[in-house]
Amino acid sequence: MTLETFLQNIANGISLGSLYALIAIGYTMVYGIIRLINFAHADLLMVASYAAFYGILVFALPWWVSFLLAIVITTILGISIEKIAYRPLRDAPRISALISAIGVSFLLENLGIVLLGARPKPFPRPEEVVWNIHLGGISFLSLAIIIPVITLVLLIAVNLIVNKTNVGIAMRAVSRDFETASLMAVDVNKVVVTTFAVGSGLAAVGGIMWSLQYPQIDPLMGVFPGLKCFIAAVMGGIGSVPGAMIGGFILGMGEVMLVGLMPELSGYRDAFAFVVLILILLFKPGGILGEHVVEKV
Amino acid sequence: MLKIENLEVYYGGIHALKGITLEVPENKIVTLVGANGAGKSTTLRAISGLVSPSAGRITFKGEDITGKKTVDIVKGGITLIPEGRRIFANLTVLENLKMGAYARKDKEEIKKDMGKIFELFPRLKEREWQQAGTLSGGEQQMLAIGRALMSRPQLLMMDEPSLGLAPLLVKEVFNIIQDIYNQGMTILLIEQNAAAALQIADYGYVLETGRIVLEGPGKELADNDEVRRAYLGKA
Repeated sequence: MTLETFLQNIANGISLGSLYALIAIGYTMVYGIIRLINFAHADLLMVASYAAFYGILVFALPWWVSFLLAIVITTILGISIEKIAYRPLRDAPRISALISAIGVSFLLENLGIVLLGARPKPFPRPEEVVWNIHLGGISFLSLAIIIPVITLVLLIAVNLIVNKTNVGIAMRAVSRDFETASLMAVDVNKVVVTTFAVGSGLAAVGGIMWSLQYPQIDPLMGVFPGLKCFIAAVMGGIGSVPGAMIGGFILGMGEVMLVGLMPELSGYRDAFAFVVLILILLFKPGGILGEHVVEKV
Repeated sequence: MLKIENLEVYYGGIHALKGITLEVPENKIVTLVGANGAGKSTTLRAISGLVSPSAGRITFKGEDITGKKTVDIVKGGITLIPEGRRIFANLTVLENLKMGAYARKDKEEIKKDMGKIFELFPRLKEREWQQAGTLSGGEQQMLAIGRALMSRPQLLMMDEPSLGLAPLLVKEVFNIIQDIYNQGMTILLIEQNAAAALQIADYGYVLETGRIVLEGPGKELADNDEVRRAYLGKA
């Protein structure tokens, strides 16, 4: 491998890792707060991508208006899913909410197939966002810079919200103890809604950038990235926001490097995620930054 | 200040409270005494809106608060320190105290109150940045009390504040309760340690399987033969 291709791989790894990290945060935050694996989270990528697609190509909106609208629509959808499918089940056994989440996921995917068509569509790449950069001997897409930068800004913002603001403290308090939080005059529902809003918004940004990077969208496009990001969240220690970020980057970088260093293994690209997951969980069952949970009797 | 009339609560299929009537006057300590399962905690949980009563009325400062949401009841001035302290172990000491003041917007006053609490509990000041889960049981109880005071309650309810603490600490907790009371707080206290509770209480109620069987000024109850036999372990 030449130096150029190596650098190329690093850049790709960072981009993919960024996308995984952004999406994984949604899983980990929701799990942290209501102990639910939100399977519908993956399909929010798809919804955001289609919203942006229709905004640009059908309604002829400027690309940035479409992107913003797509983020808003996806966030509203994420909040609505919580209200309709999860909140009524909050006191039910956890497995019920999990099944509800799987149901929402299937619903979104199949609605997508029925309403939008199963055939993949080419995602538009606005010239202002995606262009070629020539630097020395190598050339790369502007996305290789844009994706990590946007991700970095958002990750810092999420960390500030969770660690420094009152809402963030309330989120962590609610994740520990609903009832006592409500005794501190914390409106638990508001905190849960905020969590879903943040997670869904990040998923929307992740979805749009995913579609810019891999410009072909279809109603099932969220399934595999969603699964990978879930793995990233578990790897990092589900419930931990920095953990999800680390997990995302490890997974993205690892995947790209595997293919780059051993092209003959590229068919095993998707299996790689699972192998890494198994290895990490063998040695650290709670994930890299996972809490060591002691169940009190 | 707080009035409860004929309160009935069903709790997981059990008729936990079978018509309870009691009163907490302003600037008094009132205590509920009784065995496990008598309905003491359920009474406090019903006042806080954590369980909803099937019958009866709860009024606070003349306003009917029966069936109101917990958040609104806390904002209205009633704070409960739940059994087992229930501090947020994953938050720092400072963050725990901030959570107590969650509904308040008066930043300057919050700062002042924080100062007062650190004055009352110097140990907490030393451990400001520590995760609350690393505190000892006694320190956690101090934190739970401090956190509750941060909400500036008018009525402070405590559910077994001395549970699981070493005898020396139990004494300290009771001293603190007395201190808070001397500063003008109204307190509704539940205690397994009936002797100590009745000592500091202005008025007491004895609960037995969801009913009030006896009531009277604290000292009188402490001298009552029946109470002594059943709850104070003295013949």
